[in-house]
This record gives sequence, structure tokens and C-alpha cells, in this order.
Amino acid sequence: MTASNRERWQERFAAAPLRDADFTTMSGVPLEPVYGPPDAEHPGLFPYTRGPYASMYRTKLWTMRMFAGYGTADDTNRRFHELLRAGGDGLSTAYDMPTLMGLDSDDPRSEGEVGRCGVAVDTIADVEDLYRNIDLGEITTSMTINAPAAVVLAMFVANAEDSGVPRARLGGTLQNDILKEYQAQKEFVFPPRPSMRLVRDTITFCAAEMPRWNTISISGYHIREAGSTAVQELAFTLANGFAYVELARAAGMEVDAFAPRLSFFFNAHIAFFEEIAKYRAARRIWSRWLGDRYGATDERSLALRFHTQTAGVSLTADQPEVNIVRTAIEALAGVLGGTQSLHTNSMDEALALPSEKAARIALRTQQVLAHETGVANVADPLGGSYFVEALTDDVEQRAEEIFALLDEMGGGSMLEGVIRGIEEGWFQSEIADAAYDFEKRVNRNRRLIVGVNCFTDGNEEDEIPLLRITGDDERRQRDRLAAVRSVRDDAAVERARRDLATAAADPDRNLMPVLIDAVRTRATLGEIMATLGDVFGHHVEQPRI
Amino acid sequence: MARVLVAKVGLDGHDRGVKVVARLLRDAGHEVVYLGLFNTPETVAAAARDEDVDLVGLSMLSGAHLTLAPRVVEALRAAGVTVPVVVGGIVPDADVNDLKAAGIAAVFGPGASADEISATVASLVATS
Repeated sequence: MTASNRERWQERFAAAPLRDADFTTMSGVPLEPVYGPPDAEHPGLFPYTRGPYASMYRTKLWTMRMFAGYGTADDTNRRFHELLRAGGDGLSTAYDMPTLMGLDSDDPRSEGEVGRCGVAVDTIADVEDLYRNIDLGEITTSMTINAPAAVVLAMFVANAEDSGVPRARLGGTLQNDILKEYQAQKEFVFPPRPSMRLVRDTITFCAAEMPRWNTISISGYHIREAGSTAVQELAFTLANGFAYVELARAAGMEVDAFAPRLSFFFNAHIAFFEEIAKYRAARRIWSRWLGDRYGATDERSLALRFHTQTAGVSLTADQPEVNIVRTAIEALAGVLGGTQSLHTNSMDEALALPSEKAARIALRTQQVLAHETGVANVADPLGGSYFVEALTDDVEQRAEEIFALLDEMGGGSMLEGVIRGIEEGWFQSEIADAAYDFEKRVNRNRRLIVGVNCFTDGNEEDEIPLLRITGDDERRQRDRLAAVRSVRDDAAVERARRDLATAAADPDRNLMPVLIDAVRTRATLGEIMATLGDVFGHHVEQPRI
Repeated sequence: MARVLVAKVGLDGHDRGVKVVARLLRDAGHEVVYLGLFNTPETVAAAARDEDVDLVGLSMLSGAHLTLAPRVVEALRAAGVTVPVVVGGIVPDADVNDLKAAGIAAVFGPGASADEISATVASLVATS
């Protein structure tokens, strides 16, 4: 006789350490770690609908990972220290537009954009400033960068090693999800295929040398922000995940050698129950596809882990304090959906980058959820709800219909289907259609947004203090770059660029070691990306409404 | 009905808003030319001249509007294009006057309604 799900779960739960907290209601009623009949799905068991771990938040609360970055590396380092002092326990780096596009701060195209919506990183010297007095062997670090991800990872690794932390000890996440850039966020540089080669190089390099590193954060967040529905966010993101799996397998890797280091990043929008159903369906779909289609057997490959960010697009510029409420509800959806880490947006983000106070309130929102509400006591508390289970099944089925379409577009390859969908503008059109449909519903008052198309009393007196980024930051960053350029060995930089061009032209070579050598010469991000661009070419999107 | 050019300038790839506004204007009966991402002031000016448009709309969500929008106006005027220029995106109220002083005819912040955008476009085109 085989063990029931309850018994198998119990065995795993018993082996997990528990955090020091009282798992009871306010009245003192003791709470089970999870509820349901013995044969129900259980957290930590295939297909992981109810969570990737048997003990979920009883072992460890989600990581309160606040995304930050503005001005120079020094400015952002100060914000990092403030967040850590305030009880944040992971870092997440936001880069400015020039850095995201692989341009230096002194490039004419960067003018007006340096340090505006993230931190400017030109050389390894900036990375040194960025993580000054932060123990990179202890604090995990997430980097939201894509087209130049391999170069920024090289800077991070070289800087950590120079400060005495071996690469094998580094823990964190590189977003490195280039597919969604073409689909939604549009911060691409090279065409899809050479970009995917860079992704392959980071996957194989990290699998061999950085066992604690999450090589890709496969991101639905930006797809949703660009206007997709929850179902499209789920389906496009997981399809991209399957594409990366096929990419690494085509490079000769066993699926269990890299899939445990793939992580996900989803949006938490305001439509509460559909978001929770989306997270539950994501885990179920991923485990089935990884097992059935790609032959994964390692449980860490099968169990999807994800980061959540509340929905920037749900925030309103009018009556911005109301955004605190929206964010709290969205964050709760992420927690009830079993997220591993969470960023909560600040109330002022429809207007500017967050002020320090607004960012602190956003973090406090997570702390209220974690420590006051008791929602972390029981895993998947909505599991077994007729409604949530039916919605999970429905969302799953709709996503499967999209996978079938992409699989057909790719002639049996999700990788080819996704690339074809990008090249033909299919994803872009689907997302734009959904965004327009949403807007029309708002305009016809079929979708109500408080402070926008209803309950607008108070819109006239809703000023809050905003963070101002001045032109001074741009000047300081250019001075910083000029100083680095003036002390480096230009001949060494030129040699490194030649070596990089040679390596880039050979598709069988892994570029990571060459990039690490290059950044150590203080070659700039812009120089390295331009060298790669000469070999790889540049991607141009055909404008479509 | 007017002929309207809409474009993203600078490095900012957020194109949800610009596409929604392009479709709104098209559905309101205007002819819309969408210039796509990563334009410079010069590419916008050249297209506005060649396409003989009645109004130029710029979308900016990266905070670079105070640098880029005035440059687009200068490039347009240098190319002999005198049509009104409007800006949409994340623009704090405190910046609106500076943009207007630099020759921007109207600014649409987050939450601007479809009716407000179409009405403003129609009236700017009618009076220019």
C-alpha cells in the first residue's frame, strides 16, 4: 500500500526546521501547517500547486526584497544600507536606462537619462561602490538587467572576488530574461539568436561555477505591466521558461543540471483571486512540463519558485496614498499564492521614483502582513476553496491552449515557437490588444478605478513630497567615469576588446571568462556592448500600433 | 480630422501608453503615424516634416522629459515644422510649466482620460 499525500507531506514537514513563532490564532487556537484531506495536493509534493516546500513560511518567511537604484552607485549604496537597516533582507538593483541599453553615461544617447530610473553602472568601479560594506557572501542580490546581463554579472563576479568572496559563495539572481524584452519591456540590444547565446553562456557558466546563483528570473512582470491579461502573463512567461530549457538542452546540458537555478518573477495585480490562481497554476504547469516533456527528475527542477512585485500599472497619480491600500491587497495575493520573495511598490511610483519615506511604508506593508496578520501560518490557505481550485484549473487550461499554439508555431519546439512569435510580432500584438481592451473598459466605466473614473473628490489636494533626481547626478557620474578612464591601461582595454570580438565570433565559446577578464581592465559597459554589437548586430523592432 | 505623429524618444522602451493613445486617436478618426521606439529629436523632426503631420505626440516614462522634449521642439522648428507638440507619460506637476515654457502645447500625466486627450488634440489642431 502506498503512502497517502498527507503521509508523504508529513515526512517532509517533519524534516524541515521551523522558525521561532507561535502558529496559533489570536484566540489561541492551534493551527495545522496545511489543511486538506489525505489524498489532496500538498505543498512540497508534485505537482506543487500548493507550494514548492512542505513547510512553506513556517520555515522561512518570504524574502522582503526591495528594488532600489537611482543616481550614482554611491547614492544607491546608501539606499541599500537604509533598506537593510529597516529590516529588508535581500537587495535588488535597479539600473538606469543607459545601463539597461548597454550605453555609457558619457554617450550622447544617454543625456538626460543617467541615474534617472535606476543606478548608473559604467565600469567595475561603480560595482565596487554599489556593494561597499555589504557582505556579498551573506546578502543575496538580485540584478534587474537583461541585454547586458552577462557583462554586469562579469562585473559582479570580478568585484566580489577582488573583495575576497569566491564566486561559488555568491547567492542571488540575474534577471537575464531577454525573451520578454522583445515581447514587452523593449530593452533589447542584439537580435534574438545571439542574445540567446549569451543566455546560454551564463547558464552553463553558472551551472559549473556558481551553484547558489539563479541564472535567469523568467519574468511575467513586464509582460503584465505592458498590458497583458493574467492568463497571457502566465502562458507567455512559462513558454519563455520552456524556451530557455530547450536552449540549455540544445547546448548539451542535462535538464537537472540547470533547471534548479531557474526562477520566476510574477506580477501581483489588483484582481485578487485570479492572481492567486495564476501562481498555483504556474507551479502545477511547470512541474508537469519539466517532468513529462523535458525529463526532469530532481525535485528542485520541478518545483517552481518565484518573486513577486505588486503592479506598478495599478497605481494612480491621483490620491496617491490610496496606492498603499492597493499595494497591500496585491502583496497579500502574492503571499497567499506562496511567493518566495516580494517587492511592494511605493505609493508615489505613478509620479516618480520612490522617496525614502514611501519606500519605507511599502516595506512596512510586508512586515504587517508577515508579523501581524497570521497569513503566513498555514500553507496555501485558499487550497480546497471551490472557487480558487476551479479558477486555478481554468487559468491552467487557458495557458495550455496558448502553449499548443506556440508549439505549433515552432514545429514542435517551444524555443522556435517563441522566437517566431517575437519575430512576427505576435506577442507584441497580443499584449497591445489586451492593453487597449483594458483602456476601453476604463473609458466606458466598465472597469472602475478609484480616483481615476470614480470617487475623484480629493484629487485636487493630493500633493505628496517626491524624490527629485537632478542633473547633478548625471554630472557626478560622468566625472566618475572620466576619472576611471584616465587611470586605466588603455592598451589592456584594447587587447581585451579584441579577445572578446574573437571569442564572440566563435559560437561554441563561452563568453563569461572573456567578459570577466575584460571588465577587470576597466573596459566600460558601453565599450564591451559595442564590441559585441559589431559581431552580433542590433535588433530593430518594426513599429506597430 | 488630423494627421498625428506619435513617437517614443530616448532610451525608454515603455510603449504601452503610446500604443494605447495611438489606437485611441485612430479610433477617434485621426490618421496616426507611429514612429516606434528609440527615436532622437532629429528622427522625429524628419518624420514630422516628411509625413506632413498636424501634431506631434511624445511618450516619455523615464524621467528624461525635461532634457528630451525641448530638444524635439528645437529640432522640429529647425526643420521648419511649426505644429503643436504634446507630451504624455510620467511627468510630475512641477515640471509642466517648464515643459510649456519650452514650447510643449499640452502635457498628459498618468490618468489622463481618452476624452481629454482626443479633445485637446482636436482643439490644438484646430487653432494651430
